[in-house]
Amino acid sequence: MTTTDATTATGDTPVALTTRKDWASDQEVRWCPGCGDYSILAAVQLLLPELGVARENTVFVSGIGCAARFPYYMSTYGMHSIHGRAPAIATGLAISRPDLDVWVVSGDGDALSIGGNHLIHALRRNVDITILMFNNQIYGLTKGQYSPTSEHGKVTKSTPFGSLDTPFNPLSVAIGAEASFVARTHDMDRKHMMATLRRAHDHKGAAFVEILQNCNVFNDGAFEAITGKANREQMLVPLEHGEPIRFGPDGSKGVVLGADAQLRIEDVDAAGVDALLVHDEQRSDPSLAFMLSRLARGPFEPTPIGVFRAVERPAYGQLVDEQIAQVRERKGPGDLEALLRSATTWTVG
Amino acid sequence: MSSTMNPPRDSVSSIGSLVVRFAGDSGDGMQVTGDQFTAASALFGNDLATFPSYPAEIRAPAGTLAGVSAFQVHIADHDILTPGDAPTVLIAMNPAALRANVEDVVTGGSIIVNSDAFDERAVAKAGYVSDPLRDGSLAQFRVYEVPMTTLTVEACKPIGAKPRDAERSKNFFALGLVSWLYHHALEPTIEFVERRYAARPLVVQANTLALRAGWNFGETAELFESSYEIPPTTLEPGTYTNVTGNTALAWGLIAGAHQAGLSLFLGSYPITPASDILHELAKQKHFGIRTLQAEDEIAGVGAALGASFGGALGVTTTSGPGIDLKSETIGLAVSLELPLVIVDVQRGGPSTGLPTKTEQGDLLHAMYGRHGEAPVPIVAASTPSHCFAAAIEAVRIAVTYRTPVYLLSDGYLANGAEPWRLPDVATLPTIDPAFRREPNHTAPDGTPEFWPYLRDDETLARPWAIPGTPGLEHRIGGIEKQDGSGDVSYDPGNHALMVRLRAERIAGIARTIPPLELDDPGAATGSRARLLVLGWGSTYGAIAAAVRRSRARGLEVARAHLVHLNPFPSNLGEVLAEYDTVLVPETNLGQLVKLVRAAFLVDAIGLNKVEGRPFRVSEVEQAIVDLLAPLTASKEAIA
Ligand code: SF4
Repeated sequence: MTTTDATTATGDTPVALTTRKDWASDQEVRWCPGCGDYSILAAVQLLLPELGVARENTVFVSGIGCAARFPYYMSTYGMHSIHGRAPAIATGLAISRPDLDVWVVSGDGDALSIGGNHLIHALRRNVDITILMFNNQIYGLTKGQYSPTSEHGKVTKSTPFGSLDTPFNPLSVAIGAEASFVARTHDMDRKHMMATLRRAHDHKGAAFVEILQNCNVFNDGAFEAITGKANREQMLVPLEHGEPIRFGPDGSKGVVLGADAQLRIEDVDAAGVDALLVHDEQRSDPSLAFMLSRLARGPFEPTPIGVFRAVERPAYGQLVDEQIAQVRERKGPGDLEALLRSATTWTVG
Repeated sequence: MSSTMNPPRDSVSSIGSLVVRFAGDSGDGMQVTGDQFTAASALFGNDLATFPSYPAEIRAPAGTLAGVSAFQVHIADHDILTPGDAPTVLIAMNPAALRANVEDVVTGGSIIVNSDAFDERAVAKAGYVSDPLRDGSLAQFRVYEVPMTTLTVEACKPIGAKPRDAERSKNFFALGLVSWLYHHALEPTIEFVERRYAARPLVVQANTLALRAGWNFGETAELFESSYEIPPTTLEPGTYTNVTGNTALAWGLIAGAHQAGLSLFLGSYPITPASDILHELAKQKHFGIRTLQAEDEIAGVGAALGASFGGALGVTTTSGPGIDLKSETIGLAVSLELPLVIVDVQRGGPSTGLPTKTEQGDLLHAMYGRHGEAPVPIVAASTPSHCFAAAIEAVRIAVTYRTPVYLLSDGYLANGAEPWRLPDVATLPTIDPAFRREPNHTAPDGTPEFWPYLRDDETLARPWAIPGTPGLEHRIGGIEKQDGSGDVSYDPGNHALMVRLRAERIAGIARTIPPLELDDPGAATGSRARLLVLGWGSTYGAIAAAVRRSRARGLEVARAHLVHLNPFPSNLGEVLAEYDTVLVPETNLGQLVKLVRAAFLVDAIGLNKVEGRPFRVSEVEQAIVDLLAPLTASKEAIA
């Protein structure tokens, strides 16, 4: 059998140098002026030329929501699909085309509400895709209903007396879903975004990045208390692999793992540097990463950003192909004639 | 048939056909028994058709009516079209199996019961007030009481099998007995047992001993007046295999992908009665097939569509409830204009309905079950082996026209089997995916560019340019797009144009569909029948057999069977117009009949059955007779 895999991978061909302009499509960007999505788009368009990847081998897949318009603005291959299904669609694409760089762009409603099932299964399978979840804690495109990450008691059009739901913690969900790469960044810091997205891109398997994003129309300032220029130093806890976890002016505060197995924020002077928790993103046990994801109860307490977890696990598509190769080794390539004769046959005449 | 094991018979009768039904508890191994009897018949050269029927529960309570599992096989010395209306022989392993099936047995038919299973408790559990073997209620049948359990246990003594274990082989005792009765060699079954239970030598021994004991019982017990032989069928020359609809369909998908030079991607979620297609394709990894058992039905079709975007042949397989869930993604595929094959193995609905029973209930869903104007071509398989060709045809349409295609099968085709004359692989049609490699448009400034919705003049299909192709990067989505460029567009006039173009493209597929074949012997000589029986899908066998029988009675009746339900073959309207009366038998409340009435303004009449069972030939035949009586009467009056 001579199945031609529909592949035109560039292989060893060197990738031409590109600039941000090369990655932008000719479509007018139509987010609300001042939306955090603009800075994320810029970060991605600035990062891609640095990654040395080819436009034709890059695909952005999205679902529905403000964030989901993202693929239209990229001059790559792209699909704007249906609500919540992008991880499933990207799974089929990434499995059948391991040569491609597949990105999923999603929001908190798309990824955690209507598409929650697909998200967790793409993560546990470790499909080789990079998932960017823009978290603005609100439904933007449908004009301002509360989302699965909105804080309890949120007053919106659909919850005029306050929402009653307990919100999801996106990183806790991802870690609980066996994600091999989990990170958080925010729309106010291009450098941090680019560094985090680069790590996510380079990760083999499913990478999940929560990007705190301001929806200035329906949930303005949701993250101001932690990402605002004046607050960042006090409120963002940068995670660096192999480094003690500390933040604040001159690293005056740090994270300590107490004897009661709880994470606590303490003054470094009082606790001593040696008492600080050293961040290990490669720990195979996800418990610490999970605890870190819950260090802040919401965007009003010191919140870790950076890579929480980055462990190596074979990508799903790679396992699929290895299995095909093994079966081929045992049975030889598929032969249609032989297949039709694989059960008992008899001849007449 | 010649077999070293077949001693000469005292009395052998030759018969033309036989319908046997094996019935027992779902744990009694009736499906294996039926399968093996079928395999032996096929090897002998009989034509056959099978109809398994099993409960939805994996192990319904033993001895109850709900737990009865049955397998019917029709074997004959001539070509046959259905698994038979009514069994001439029923093998009942317990009272429940008897009670659940006795109604179907032809008057004067034979019933072989495992008399060991007819104790008071079991009789009561089956809902009998008195022992049917004693109360005379079976007077119109020939009843053979065989203590199968005792004889099986006895036969297995030499190998030291415990009675409880040995008992389990009683289905092979039954098979041995029936094999003697109908002159089937035991060797193929013994070989099968050795293969299947290779890891458990004791089971091989027990089953083999039971099988032989059953045979020997027939030989020595002098219970049966005669044994029977069904001479081989004169089938068209060729190599045959016995195939179920699900297997043929899976192979057809492989062949379709092969003929298109595409790698096959199956995104699927387990569901009865479609799961066997997933199982079969998962076994064939060496063809480069990627199968994904997805987290749900929606992900199954989503992953398939994603794979198609990447240049694979995306396929999803499911049944009723799964179709409901996939509808949104199928609508997206309509909008994206990408190849996708959706296999719906229909079952009784609504909701969970009858998971293991057949129904043609999804035709209108396949036709209209999406929001907006979202036409999808529909291909339906007619017989188990036809699932192969139907699958290739679905692939052809999907790939050539860049469209999702519904491939309809049903529970009856999925599990039913028939001998299939293997096609010559070299003659299978080739399918050209015609991937776009070059830009297809020039921008005002002279730069070449790619327009994803610039259509082919002939087919109206859009170009399929897959990621990895430099210079053809493009974005597609579910939002309405500008004709040609594919850019997002909310323009009213453009939307109207796109809706019409999508409809025209699907309607235009009719140009590549062969004209509907009409079976009307009188048409050539200018004396057409006045009644046409129009069918689709799995009613093929019952309709064809009923028409055959009606003609044997001297009735004039025409017949045609649709494989393409959307679009219809272009001559369908003309064909229908030739007949005074059109009868449309369907195992639903009348779905095709609505479509043809709407499309052609013909006063077609439905014949409808919704029992989770296929038509009996006699039911269709009766409808033909009833319809023709007044027609014939008026004809005579004129004459
Ligand atoms: S509604 Fe909010 S998230 Fe959506 S584009 Fe406007 S500002 Fe951005």
